[in-house]
Amino acid sequence: MSGPFDEKAHVAHMEKVMGLTVKEDWRPVVEAHVAATAKAADLVMSFPLDDELEAAPVFVP
Amino acid sequence: MTLLPSDQKSWTATQTVSAVAGGEISAEAVATHALQTVDKLDPEINAFTDVTAERALSEARAVDEAIARGEELPLAGVPYAVKNLFDMEGVTTRAGSKINRENPPASADATLVGKLKAAGAILIGGLNMGEYAYDFTGENVHDGNCLNPHDLTRMTGGSSSGSGAAAAAGMVPVTLGSDTNGSIRVPSSFCGLFGLKPTYGRLSRAGSFPFVGSLDHLGPLARSAEDLALVFDVMQGADPKDPAQADKPVLPTLPELPKGIDGLRIAVAGGYFRQKAMPEAFQAVDLIANALGAAGEIEVPEAARARASAYVITTVEGSALHLERIRTRPEDFDPDTRDRFLSGAMVPAVWVQQAQRFRSWFRAMMRELFTHVDILLAPATPFHALPSGTKTIVLDGEEMPARPNIGLFTQPISFIGLPVATVPVWLEGASLPIGVQVIAPAWREDLALRVAHHLQTTGAVSAPVAHLQ
Repeated sequence: MSGPFDEKAHVAHMEKVMGLTVKEDWRPVVEAHVAATAKAADLVMSFPLDDELEAAPVFVP
Repeated sequence: MTLLPSDQKSWTATQTVSAVAGGEISAEAVATHALQTVDKLDPEINAFTDVTAERALSEARAVDEAIARGEELPLAGVPYAVKNLFDMEGVTTRAGSKINRENPPASADATLVGKLKAAGAILIGGLNMGEYAYDFTGENVHDGNCLNPHDLTRMTGGSSSGSGAAAAAGMVPVTLGSDTNGSIRVPSSFCGLFGLKPTYGRLSRAGSFPFVGSLDHLGPLARSAEDLALVFDVMQGADPKDPAQADKPVLPTLPELPKGIDGLRIAVAGGYFRQKAMPEAFQAVDLIANALGAAGEIEVPEAARARASAYVITTVEGSALHLERIRTRPEDFDPDTRDRFLSGAMVPAVWVQQAQRFRSWFRAMMRELFTHVDILLAPATPFHALPSGTKTIVLDGEEMPARPNIGLFTQPISFIGLPVATVPVWLEGASLPIGVQVIAPAWREDLALRVAHHLQTTGAVSAPVAHLQ
């Protein structure tokens, strides 16, 4: 990731983008989940993958 | 024909078929006894959300008539129940939620329920589960927590909570659950059962309420490995209604069980799978490894990254599925799942796409690993069943939330859809069971079931019915 992840700013932005309601007493837990996902994603995004590696689709036309 | 044996509560499906098909007892008597057992035990356990008594008796009478005509039914008179995300004709599919119970009753059975019915099994009802299957605890604010029959102060594990509790309490010998990241294997571990998570794409999911299409599996839980094979074989077969089902031939596993572990190369999964757990998890794996003469440890590279990828895919796909509901009526969700679905709706798309690409990398690596070994052993859960209400756990000195981390050993395996038979271990002096994952290469459920059956017949693992007052 490009820099330290700010889960408070991310939630504040994305709840508007996605039209979500985050009540104030839910907010700390939602932010904690977002931070946990960012931590997991950091592990995923830091692994070098060859350009030709594709996701496995199940879509069959 | 109407005699009700006092030990029926501990009958396996195989024993039940033998007694019913052999004319020792009627299917109607078996169904009646199962319904009475549910009436007696369930107020304490809270495994059932729907009891289909009328249907059960009607199906049982049809089985008795079929047997009288000389028909052979592979599951004649076997009572079973299903996680309440399976469609049961005439019953509303709640999927553990408050919201979905506003839906009309299902107009038809899920494919797997239809297959069990055709084989002569008797549906007793629908089972409690974590809301929308986003759960490893078995706790549910709408229907109440499902309690572990081996210790009522402890979790069943989830999300197939009722599927674990109903089989462990002896209410039915077989249940069906779903497993996206561990939801069959975790309750199998906490409730002391055999559980089969088949290969991804093996069994049809048509007529079941989804969670994460990329990772959802359905499968059975039971008190014997033989019962898993019996039921698994009946449930196989192509179904155009599940677009993710793979084009693979049916794999009969029951005839393979007598082969035991002959010729199998068995190893313990090392690295990631030997960290972050309580001693009982490693002791259980070591006991099974010794019983099988396993040839030492084999490192599984990048398992933590596999788990992280499954975590990202799960939260995004789950939240996409529920986006409209979480937008318009978040208060109607269980608070424990609500906050996770809200969070999952905020994830950058590139993260999940990269996780899906890593899935291809991890699959290729594991395919290569399985050229050197036939079976891998790993803990199913990092500990025995936790006390109900546990919010955080400490593993290797690190405090972490309990709910997502109960499945830290199951999640990397289902990530690439490998088949797993979970086997129940009772360590010396332990009052609770704990499960070990017997992991096979893709499409080789027969190997995992052979090992599980061998362990049961040699006495290394067992799934006794819980002693309830």
